[in-house]
Amino acid sequence: MSAASTAEAPAYVANTKVGRFTDFVDERVGGSGILREFGRKVFPDHWSFMFGEVALYSFVILLLSGTFLTFFFDPSMAETHYAGSYTPLKNVEMSVAYSSSLDISFDVRGGLFMRQVHHWAALLFVASVAVHMLRVFFTGAFRKPREMNWVVGGVLLILAMAAGFTGYSLPDDLLSGNGLRIIDGVIKSIPVIGTYISFFLFGGEFPGTVIISRLFTLHILLVPALILLMIVVHLFMVVVHKHTQYPGPGRNDRNVVGYPLGPVYAAKAGGFFFIVFGVIALMAGFFTINPIWNYGPYDPSPVSAGTQPDWYIGFVDGALRLMPGVVSDFHFEYIIFGHVLTLNVLLPALVPAGIIFTVLFTYPWIERWITKDNREHHVLDRPRNAPTRTAIGVAGFTWYSVMWAAAGSDLIATHFHVALNDVTYWLRALFFIGPVIAFVVTKRVALALQRKDREIALHGRETGRIVRLRHGEFIEVHAPLDEYKRYRLVGFESPAPLPAQPNEHGVVTRKENRRAKLSRWFFEDRVAPATPAELEAGHGHHEAVEAGEGQRTLSH
Amino acid sequence: MKALSQKRRHPLAAIALLLMGLLLTGGLYAVATTVNEAKASTAEFTASDTQEGEKLFEANCATCHGMGASGTQDGPSLVGVGAAAVDFQVGTGRMPMQMNGPQAYKKPAQFNDTQTHQLAAYVASLGAGPAIPAEELLDEKGNAAEGGELFRVNCAMCHNAAAAGGALTRGKFAPALADVTGKHIYEAMATGPQNMPVFNDSNISPEGKRDIITFLKQIEANGSPGGADLGALGPVSEGLFVWIAGLGVIIAFTIWLTSRTS
Repeated sequence: MSAASTAEAPAYVANTKVGRFTDFVDERVGGSGILREFGRKVFPDHWSFMFGEVALYSFVILLLSGTFLTFFFDPSMAETHYAGSYTPLKNVEMSVAYSSSLDISFDVRGGLFMRQVHHWAALLFVASVAVHMLRVFFTGAFRKPREMNWVVGGVLLILAMAAGFTGYSLPDDLLSGNGLRIIDGVIKSIPVIGTYISFFLFGGEFPGTVIISRLFTLHILLVPALILLMIVVHLFMVVVHKHTQYPGPGRNDRNVVGYPLGPVYAAKAGGFFFIVFGVIALMAGFFTINPIWNYGPYDPSPVSAGTQPDWYIGFVDGALRLMPGVVSDFHFEYIIFGHVLTLNVLLPALVPAGIIFTVLFTYPWIERWITKDNREHHVLDRPRNAPTRTAIGVAGFTWYSVMWAAAGSDLIATHFHVALNDVTYWLRALFFIGPVIAFVVTKRVALALQRKDREIALHGRETGRIVRLRHGEFIEVHAPLDEYKRYRLVGFESPAPLPAQPNEHGVVTRKENRRAKLSRWFFEDRVAPATPAELEAGHGHHEAVEAGEGQRTLSH
Repeated sequence: MKALSQKRRHPLAAIALLLMGLLLTGGLYAVATTVNEAKASTAEFTASDTQEGEKLFEANCATCHGMGASGTQDGPSLVGVGAAAVDFQVGTGRMPMQMNGPQAYKKPAQFNDTQTHQLAAYVASLGAGPAIPAEELLDEKGNAAEGGELFRVNCAMCHNAAAAGGALTRGKFAPALADVTGKHIYEAMATGPQNMPVFNDSNISPEGKRDIITFLKQIEANGSPGGADLGALGPVSEGLFVWIAGLGVIIAFTIWLTSRTS
């Protein structure tokens, strides 16, 4: 019932008070039209589709709890003497920022709980963003038309890390100050301009007296505003593109099979918000996070053992820990025209993160170039059905995880009773060979799973029932699959390598040859889905059935 | 003065000078080391303690530390390590050592209090060294805030700001300090066991040590105001917790929420 039609139609008068009220609103803002449009939007149902929602809800919780914290937090670096109720810090000289953080923890009613809600929600926010991105990557949801939304998601990940880091530094305790010192060192390692940037950021030599209030402005104003903007863009594109779906009977690139948003899905989503809120509240109620009272006020001289950043910055810290100072006689520090170039800080701090984010942002275009696949994809890939992509993803994740683990190298050493040096040596080796091993193993596992699927599609499920035939032969009875289950096993694309194509002048360019080589690397090892003919032939037979012709095709 | 200048070419002048120099440096060294000795009150040792201690030492320690505690290839000389070192090493079970390695592990003590006391008496009789601290230094009634500052500046880089312990190079480590008695904490500072440096009385005064013990005992008694402390290990355990428990529970809920339809 849109506003325009009601204006022309004879005046409709609702029977009840509530009805008249809603009609009043509807005639002015057209709520029912919006509701009809959105309420009918169909979303497919799968647990792995809900991590984006978790991220969104964590963000809402962050906004709410963060607002509470700003009521009591004072981002000043002016010196004061602690006069609150935590006796182990009584009368200790500290900044007002740290003192007010302690007051939030010990003297504001519910303050410690809200601090812990905020911090746990922050960790969960970045974690759910990361898991959401992994889901999108491994299912191929970044393909056309969603490449740009993938980039927006990447920007959101960086913004989430920025929000986390600026917040981590605010309490001005020893741990956060140590973290800032590392950032300061990394900035100063940038050739020529590094020291200038550092002095600009800290308003003079580290730590100065302004950094906390500056980070505070970024943390509560700029970064959350950008995150909010990006979330709006992200969700808008989700509505425009519609949601992807896993392959299944009746699902194709032109439809979306699922439930409409209203009322069931909206109720579920609303309920899920409170579930996420509840999980965070339980964690905040029962588990300490960032016990700033343990760390004491920041002072540039002490550094505590076990100083680590929050998990999402961990991989950078780990890379710094893995970088050797000298390799036999080779030094990584040079003085060029009076400027110190410290590669053993610059390389680990910027290069791995640079590689990870560059590949992350450009991957949709890289894959599109290799595969020359310009079609729209709304049906997802099962990870096993894109073995090379899955292997690339796992290799990248392994690389990240090696650096991530390195950030906890000291705790690995103490808790598993091994030598810190050995942990570092192993992780250094894994830094190089880990991704290679992960790539090979993942690809083989994916191909093996595909072969298993093919086997099951062709011959049915093993029942475990052994039957002895009259002439003495033993066979295991295979039960045929129902059509719905079989569809999942055979309903996927298995692209073959695309040889080099001549351009409009009939010339095969060198670039095109490189692409063809990559295409072969990408699709060479493949297990084709069982075709209807094979299925027909496969019933009751045990011979291998080769799929495809001319290609190097694997079969069981 | 004249007599001295006349005799300056005497054949024995050089020897006299050398003697004077040696006496001076030796005397200064003796004064300096006594100043630096983390000396608290001395526990009373009787002659029989020393004798019993010697027997225990010969039976249990001399294999590595040598007869008369003069040291062998397998263990250092214990002359001058003081009663505090014995009380710490034997009292926490680190000595006798379980096996050679980067560091001796804490384990149930092998000797009872009397035997430990006797061993301490024997080793203390071999040469002056840090003594077992007096009770008034262990009363945990010092200034916790100042102890906290001393701890963060001197101890936290190895033991962690919350005294949860930390890693050192090549398999060595700084242990967690919860459940360590005040006496053993004091003795560790005074004698520098394993890979720990010595914090003598001019580094950290006995009152400072008392403050540190007060601080450690107070944070231990306070527990964790924010709930389970996850080992007080900082962001690593927090990150592990959010990924495994936090996300784990949420994934369970997502599976539950979507289980009825697809």
